[in-house]
Amino acid sequence: MGARLFLDADSAAAAVADRLRISRRDFLQFCAATAGTLGLPAGAEAAIAKAVAKAQRPSVIWLHFQECTGCSESLLRAEHPTLEKLIFDVISLDYHETLMAAAGHQAEAARKSAMEANKGKYILVVEGAIPTKQNGIFCKVGGHTAIDLVKECAADAAAVIAIGSCASWGGMPSTHPSIAALADSSPTGSSGVAEVLGKPVVTIPGCPPNPYNFLATAVHFLTFGKLPEVDKLGRPLFAYGRLVHENCERRAHFDAGRFAMEFGDEGHRKGYCLYKLGCKGPETYANCPAIGFNDVGQGYWPVGCGHPCIGCTEKGVGFTKPIHQVAKVLNVAPPQQYPRISEEQGKGASFAAAAAVAAIAGAAAGGTVMVTRNLGLSHKAEELEKAKQPSGPTDPTIQG
Amino acid sequence: MTNRRDFLKGFLAGGTALATATAAEPVCARESHERPPEALGLLYDATLCVGCKACVAACKQANDLPPEFNTVDHLWDTPLDTTAYTFNIIKMYRNGTMEAKDQEENGYSFMKVSCMHCADPSCVSACPVQAMTKNPETGVVGYDADRCIGCRYCVAACPFGIPKFQYDSPTGKIGKCELCRHRTKDGHYSACAEVCPTGATLYGKTSDLLVEAKRRLALKAGTPYKVPRGKLGGPDQSYEGVAGNYLQHVYGETEYGGTQVLKLSGVNFQKVGMPDLPPHAAAALSETIQHTLYGNLVLPFAVLGAMTWAAKRNVAPGDDETKESDHG
Amino acid sequence: MAEHALPAPVGGKFINAVTLSCLVLIAVCVPISFVRYFYGLAAVTNLNDGYPFGIWVVLDVVIGSAFACGGFSVAMLVYIFNKGEYHPLVRPALLGSLFGYTLAGAGVLYDLGRWWNFWHIFWPGYMNFNSVMVEVAVCISLYIVVMWIEFSPTFLEAFGMAERRRKLNKVMFAFIALGTLLPMMHQSSLGSMLLVMGIQIHPLWNTAMLPLLYLLTAITMGYAVVLFESCLSASSYRRKIETHLLTPLAKIMLGFLAVYLAVRIVDLVLRGALGSAFALSLEAVMFWLETACFVLPFFLIGKEAKRRNPANLFLAGITLMLGGALLRINGYLIGYETGGNFNYFPSIWEIIGTAAMFSIEVLGYIYITRRFPVLPREA
Repeated sequence: MGARLFLDADSAAAAVADRLRISRRDFLQFCAATAGTLGLPAGAEAAIAKAVAKAQRPSVIWLHFQECTGCSESLLRAEHPTLEKLIFDVISLDYHETLMAAAGHQAEAARKSAMEANKGKYILVVEGAIPTKQNGIFCKVGGHTAIDLVKECAADAAAVIAIGSCASWGGMPSTHPSIAALADSSPTGSSGVAEVLGKPVVTIPGCPPNPYNFLATAVHFLTFGKLPEVDKLGRPLFAYGRLVHENCERRAHFDAGRFAMEFGDEGHRKGYCLYKLGCKGPETYANCPAIGFNDVGQGYWPVGCGHPCIGCTEKGVGFTKPIHQVAKVLNVAPPQQYPRISEEQGKGASFAAAAAVAAIAGAAAGGTVMVTRNLGLSHKAEELEKAKQPSGPTDPTIQG
Repeated sequence: MTNRRDFLKGFLAGGTALATATAAEPVCARESHERPPEALGLLYDATLCVGCKACVAACKQANDLPPEFNTVDHLWDTPLDTTAYTFNIIKMYRNGTMEAKDQEENGYSFMKVSCMHCADPSCVSACPVQAMTKNPETGVVGYDADRCIGCRYCVAACPFGIPKFQYDSPTGKIGKCELCRHRTKDGHYSACAEVCPTGATLYGKTSDLLVEAKRRLALKAGTPYKVPRGKLGGPDQSYEGVAGNYLQHVYGETEYGGTQVLKLSGVNFQKVGMPDLPPHAAAALSETIQHTLYGNLVLPFAVLGAMTWAAKRNVAPGDDETKESDHG
Repeated sequence: MAEHALPAPVGGKFINAVTLSCLVLIAVCVPISFVRYFYGLAAVTNLNDGYPFGIWVVLDVVIGSAFACGGFSVAMLVYIFNKGEYHPLVRPALLGSLFGYTLAGAGVLYDLGRWWNFWHIFWPGYMNFNSVMVEVAVCISLYIVVMWIEFSPTFLEAFGMAERRRKLNKVMFAFIALGTLLPMMHQSSLGSMLLVMGIQIHPLWNTAMLPLLYLLTAITMGYAVVLFESCLSASSYRRKIETHLLTPLAKIMLGFLAVYLAVRIVDLVLRGALGSAFALSLEAVMFWLETACFVLPFFLIGKEAKRRNPANLFLAGITLMLGGALLRINGYLIGYETGGNFNYFPSIWEIIGTAAMFSIEVLGYIYITRRFPVLPREA
């Protein structure tokens, strides 16, 4: 409503729509979709539209380290905006090893000049883990180690965003090998950006993350000049505030105790919960079930396709716990079963207790019989004694 | 000889007097306490409850309580009853085919179980160290673990079986609903009422809740009416609902002198676990007898006086062995 | 005559089959106590949400203290009703009471869930005078002190402190008076404790007469315990039995028993509760068992001739102790129903704990009677 008024009234927005060679409707939809992904209140799409309409495109330096480039690939599949719209019209991608035309010294020079020209204003995005063992010699670009590069580039950046699990906490390269001798660390000491820089950064974990988690974060920064609210690991709350388990479409099956026990069995075919196949949804924070992947929509994510979640966003879960190992359930409420009005509780007699009581009762009874008999006998003896001496004083001593 | 006869006479006389005195007590036991005028409480309407257990989850969160596992796989918080770690629970009544809600025969119903915050609480009367207290304004029955000695007399005394002890801890304490009194300073009220989506659990002043309860009982089943949610008198969250098929009884109106948590149900209250209580609180009888016998220590000192006189007379202050020389 | 003999240690070997069994039980209870204090009550008891009071409260404290009423009953007879001929029974009765009550007090501390706060029940700022338990706790604690004072002449005599003994004897009457008042208060209150539980107590044991019923049975059990202890120690120590004292004592006991039964039956009839005694239920069975135990003594020692036979006295004593115990078990456990479907049967550790408690009493009794002047000297 507000956005439409804005678009009708302002020629700048029309100019943007023109420049991006998309219809006003498509532009509005992009702003609305981004606002929706961020969970912003009604009317925010107008602010986004306005921000995007600005002529100045912020500089982005994108570093690659120990990565598979999957995060960049994931971004390439984005539709709103498409990647070319993003890098030509929304941001100025001044350094990206996969996408830039330059190579070698020219590429490095371009990076340095962009950093100089936009000092204090550029956004640093890091993709891939950073090796830390042996001073980080396992990853070098242009003769500099990843550690040095990230420190140099982060020094004058306005914001640092770590995209992907590798940059967020080490990801797959940080897996400890199962060979016993090397089991307490990864071969190259792969770490996340925050750990290397020694200060918190925004992280967008995932392997790969849904591109819109990154795009919405970036657009939020462009629109409002600050990053969205993050949790203590630097993950934007709009995407990583809830467990996969909380939004999973198969949650009702979990609550009702309906599980697939083997791939291909009846439960699996019926779409039952994959918890017993090792789904890490109950201990993984991500929004995969809410928005799905590849713009096909909600439902198109690993669990929706019948494979348990592997917890790729979560340090300590993804690439650490075996895929089919049962997950810890972080949220056990509300429960499914109803207790009856009166449930049987409490322990009855254990064998030992019953035996003990019987033994004590027996001993007491036996003792009573014995003492009574003794007393009776001595009394009888005493009576007999008394009878023998009818007149004299009785001898009160007793036998037995 | 005379001593024995005198003794028996005296004893029978005294015993009869005591017997008569104590027999007369129930008739003149003190009046059961009433709810304070600003008493706070809940109205639970079983016909509105859908068994979602949001109140159980909210209570656990508000009181920082751990889950209780009663299934083999330990996947869900499944308490069987209120415990020292579960202050609120929804139980389900089942009968026959269970085809209709709030129906006693071949039906099912839900019942919320939590502290009733009685007007004359047995637990408060029983507690020897005032660990259980009733707030004079709000009437909320609260618990203070720092005073508690862990004797569990409150557990035995409560007719609803509400206070429960943490036997599994060497430093265990009692656990029960305290109407979220620790959240009022942040502007909250009972968590169960805050989250209830249907208004089955309603928070407010008991006097107002009683009026609301009676209003519902007066409606014919199926009549549409405005169902309030959350807090009675708070921000309007009401919706249009339909009057249920109620039993014509507000549980808690008079039981044991009245309780601050009231209940409405379609199924007989005893069948859903609410005990059939007389209108006089047990605490009234217990306290009356106790105070009659020991009030101001009058009777004890009188008896002590008599005993001291007798003992002084009969005990030679010299050698206690020389008593034997008296008589056989 | 021998009955006027001064008290003297029995002497003899302390270690025998009985004392050895007691020591074993006590030793086994030590690790159990560690577990109880480090891991909580659930680790050793079967207490649950439906049964907050188990055998540690009912057997060790409620029944244990009732069994310890020998001192009270005999002191009342000797010092209040001036029946000096029963004097030789005083010290042994007091000894039994001493241990019984001290261990009842210890039993409470053992059972309390937040035992480190136990002093709150004596602190005016915390005490709730509406609670029957406050009165029970204060009276029992005071009574324990009084009894140690009442029994101290035995120790003072053994350690040769004649001067101190003389001074104490001057004021002993005051302690004796207290020692007859206090049990009346707390034994009746142990019955009153059930009143606040209201309808949770079965009609057969739910009456305003509870304080009177518990007091009467406590007095009667006191005499029963004296019969039991006298016969048992005489038989065990191979000594003569003071039948000339026990026979008339038994008659007094029957007198109190008759009053109790009268009050009990009239109360049941007036309240219309007798009907439930004929239902097919555990409560009904336990009621008749309890009543049988109270009635049996009349058949055992109703006749004078039968009273002269120590075997009958011993049996009557035990029967009455059992009856009094059943009255309490029935009120606190069998007849207690808090709704829900709770089961309770003591765990093996609870049973060992209770057995160990009573073992300490037995051991203490045997040790002190052997080493200190308690029982009359044998001719």
